[in-house]
Amino acid sequence: MSGLIIGLVAALILVILFMLFRIQALITIAKGGDRPVGTSNKVNGALMLIVPIVLLALVAWYSPIAARNFLPEASSVHGVVTDNLFWVTITVISLMFLITNAGLFWFAYKYQYKEGRQASFFHDNTRLEVFWTIVPAVIMALLVFFGWKAWSDITSEPPKEAMVVEIMGKQFAWQVRYPGVDKQLGSYDFRLIDDVAGNEFGIDFEDKKAEDDFLAREMYLPKGQPVLFKIRARDVLHSVFAPHFRLKMDAVPGMPTQFHFVPTKTTEEMRSQLNNPQFDYEIACTEVCGRGHFAMKFKIVVVEPEEYRKWYAEQPTFLEQNPQFKGKGLSDLRKKNLAKRNAEQMKEQASL
Amino acid sequence: MATEFNLTTHVEVDHQHDHDHEHHEEGFIRKYIFSEDHKMIAKQFLFTGLLWAFLGGAMSVIFRLQLGFPDLELGFLKPILGSWIDETNKLDPNYYLALVTMHGTIMVFFVLTAGLSGTFSNFLIPLQIGARDMASGFMNMLSFWFFFAASLVMFASLFLETGPAMGGWVVYPPLSALPEAVPGSGSGMTYWLISMALFIISTLLGGINYITTVINMRTKGMSFSRLPLTIWAFFLTAIIGLLSFPVLFAAALLLIFDRSFGTSFYLSDIYIGGEALHHQGGSAILYQHLFWFLGHPEVYIVLLPALGITSEIIATNSRKPIFGYRAMIGSMIGIAILSFIVWAHHMFVTGMNPFLGSIFMFLTLIIAVPSAVKAFNYITTLWRGNIIFTPAMLFSIGLVSVFISGGVTGIVLGNNALDIQLHDTYFVVAHFHIVMGSASFFGFMAGVYHWFPKMFGRMMDAKLGYIHFWLTFIGIYLVFFPMHYIGIAGFPRRYYSFTSFQAFNTFADLNMFISVAAILTFTAQAIFAFNFVWSIFRGRKAPLNPWNANTLEWTTPRLPGHGNWPGKIPHVYRWAYDYSKPNADKDGFTDFIPQHIPLSQTPHSNLEYENELMQKQNVTDDLKVNE
Ligand code: HEM
Ligand SMILES: [Cu+2]
Ligand SMILES: [Cu+2]
Repeated sequence: MSGLIIGLVAALILVILFMLFRIQALITIAKGGDRPVGTSNKVNGALMLIVPIVLLALVAWYSPIAARNFLPEASSVHGVVTDNLFWVTITVISLMFLITNAGLFWFAYKYQYKEGRQASFFHDNTRLEVFWTIVPAVIMALLVFFGWKAWSDITSEPPKEAMVVEIMGKQFAWQVRYPGVDKQLGSYDFRLIDDVAGNEFGIDFEDKKAEDDFLAREMYLPKGQPVLFKIRARDVLHSVFAPHFRLKMDAVPGMPTQFHFVPTKTTEEMRSQLNNPQFDYEIACTEVCGRGHFAMKFKIVVVEPEEYRKWYAEQPTFLEQNPQFKGKGLSDLRKKNLAKRNAEQMKEQASL
Repeated sequence: MATEFNLTTHVEVDHQHDHDHEHHEEGFIRKYIFSEDHKMIAKQFLFTGLLWAFLGGAMSVIFRLQLGFPDLELGFLKPILGSWIDETNKLDPNYYLALVTMHGTIMVFFVLTAGLSGTFSNFLIPLQIGARDMASGFMNMLSFWFFFAASLVMFASLFLETGPAMGGWVVYPPLSALPEAVPGSGSGMTYWLISMALFIISTLLGGINYITTVINMRTKGMSFSRLPLTIWAFFLTAIIGLLSFPVLFAAALLLIFDRSFGTSFYLSDIYIGGEALHHQGGSAILYQHLFWFLGHPEVYIVLLPALGITSEIIATNSRKPIFGYRAMIGSMIGIAILSFIVWAHHMFVTGMNPFLGSIFMFLTLIIAVPSAVKAFNYITTLWRGNIIFTPAMLFSIGLVSVFISGGVTGIVLGNNALDIQLHDTYFVVAHFHIVMGSASFFGFMAGVYHWFPKMFGRMMDAKLGYIHFWLTFIGIYLVFFPMHYIGIAGFPRRYYSFTSFQAFNTFADLNMFISVAAILTFTAQAIFAFNFVWSIFRGRKAPLNPWNANTLEWTTPRLPGHGNWPGKIPHVYRWAYDYSKPNADKDGFTDFIPQHIPLSQTPHSNLEYENELMQKQNVTDDLKVNE
């Protein structure tokens, strides 16, 4: 890599030297009329072949190296489908790219200026044009069809048995809530959020469903079972990106979103497949959200279902850890606000 | 103004006199500053646009330093960046976002909308359609000065205590609405919004003028079916702008309301800074719909002029008619219409209704078809030509290459199933820099090299132009092609650094490579800067028609005065692409027959329908004489 960089710098220096000569020449240039098409045209013509070929060689050399650093095969059911579609599409567009660029540069080279040659007055050919309108249209149609199928599956209604996890984005962290044994998340309201007291989700504990909810520092998921992410944000836009699951969905304040998928490989399996004992699944944020946007990491641990059940059963509920919130919710807040307003009014009246 | 107008368009014979007269009266300020001459206004756009390009480019160099060399001490930038560099000699992450935001805003709006379209629409529309000036010189002047004011406001925002806008060039709320969320959303964002409002006014004033001029002021014989493709492109661009910019204006206005007057158009359910805000019922997604309703057409607003310029240059320098003139117009119209109904492909993963996602995928991939047709037509124009590689021609060929390379990856991103993974990663950055950034930039450069002789009466140095092109061409591929790899590996965009994640801590060397390539490419633009400035003063005096081109601007004097043609405005008898017409030599022409040459002068080379046309015309002319 550093060799390449040195090469680049050397090339630039050469060019600068050449420029200095040019400037010399420029100063002595007389005013003149038309100049004949000269050797420069031949040089440029030759470069029309040389440069693209060299660049292509670089791509051919580097692509396999780069591919080592690509994300490994997807760890979700739909991810395998989209990965396949991706590589098929890449193949198709690479062909298009090669054929058209080859035509472009080859013609540029081949038909460079030659003394006495007459260019052809060829400017219309309905058949050709119909042909190259239809070919891309057909290719597009096919790609659209497969893309549409994959998309429809991914965005279909989540299966009933999907286990629900709530992910909430805030500046600058993800927070995760699990429904307890009732498998249902308790309701929430942003006005109940209180970082100081400790209710960062704004959970409404008047809702009985909230009583067994628990928060998690790491997200455990069972392998092979459908999971439904319920996604929201409480300050600005964020976006849940779990690259290995080929999963991305914006987190929008005021508009909950969701994404469902089936993880297919446990963290352990990935570790041995990648030969990397440190491997972990991660969630990143992909919607710019401020200073800490680049560091909103959350860890996902995919385990076998039995292990998952064990972990699940061990988690203490939020209320067990924060008993002061028991029964506190919206109507409680309303009461408090009312009391505050009354007090204010009293004060006002007293001061009158 | 109105009388001058009548004089110039109808009483052409006396014009010479008129004009000399006028020139004496024109003081420095009216001539160079508050000028109403479209050529001077074009140059004003050009200079301002180029200055912005260098500033925007320099910003990218700074954040590329951060991305390529995360451990580098940036203390040496303190004299320029001041407190944006923190005590540890690192770029502050907030100001990283500020740089990215300003870079994007500047490049898209100031360089490639105002700089490109403003320069060449202004310069070429009157010259190529055969008009003395724009329909309203005054509005045209206002258009520039609104742009200039927008520039000043945006520039001033760089010096604010809390920094300029930091929400990305799309400035999505709530981030852009809440000063608590990021410092740039304080006064920086206010400046951004004011600047953009001024900018939109500028664009609308310009656009109305371009459209009116093209419709009403074409010289005799310049029918729409004979318009050079440049003019078609500028015309359609202006229409797109006129229809889409007001929507951005509305979006910005509502954002101003939310920010300053406590409304809740975009805001709802927000807890920030230890407090629940009062906003309820707004939709952050609404803003995105409004923004991208402009945002996607905007891509074509910057691209179409570049494509128009390329059409002209490729035909001229291949010494061949453009292939598929009508198909070119058709595909431009198709692109213009379709560009309005694909916007939501930027929003596949916003939680938008999945069915809507499917619809937008269909529409998006349809737009690839007219784009492909254009690419094929360019390539076929080269086929069996007799190509002269002027610097402008090199940049045009380069444009076609990057237009294809960047276009094909659009097929991936337009496919919503694939966009799930790639959205907001470097794959997107690669895609739009190649297809929109580089292609439009190449079109811009091609235009400058090609019309420099008409603008300044002198030639730019060709050899320096060649070097500039090859360095830039190689450079942009080295910079932006590798970003695909990084994107496929999942690297998100607008990241200050990638070290926090296991998944993204690879490719450090490639990021370094990209940064070095970017710095070299940026440096190479100095060659252009030198050539440009030098040639304005010291370039070889330009011949009247240096490229042997057919369009009308080359029938003006070396340095056309106000009014463009000293005598009568030439009439037009043919399309702009009679290059290498068979039998032209028998009529005394070489390999080109300019648009103003009557068919009667070219009996040997006329095609059959042209002979018929000529006869018909003779008959109508006779009738007119009899009347
Ligand atoms: C010197 C050449 C350029 C380089 C090296 C460069 C590099 C970059 C990079 C690396 C980013 C992404 C930064 C991030 O996401 O953290 C970026 C963003 C961007 N660039 Fe460029 N760029 C260049 C020229 C251009 C041009 C000519 C355009 C015109 C279309 C452009 C438009 C943009 C836009 C719209 C963004 C997105 C800003 C945002 O995320 O809000 N750039 N540029
Ligand atoms: Cu975030
Ligand atoms: Cu778009």
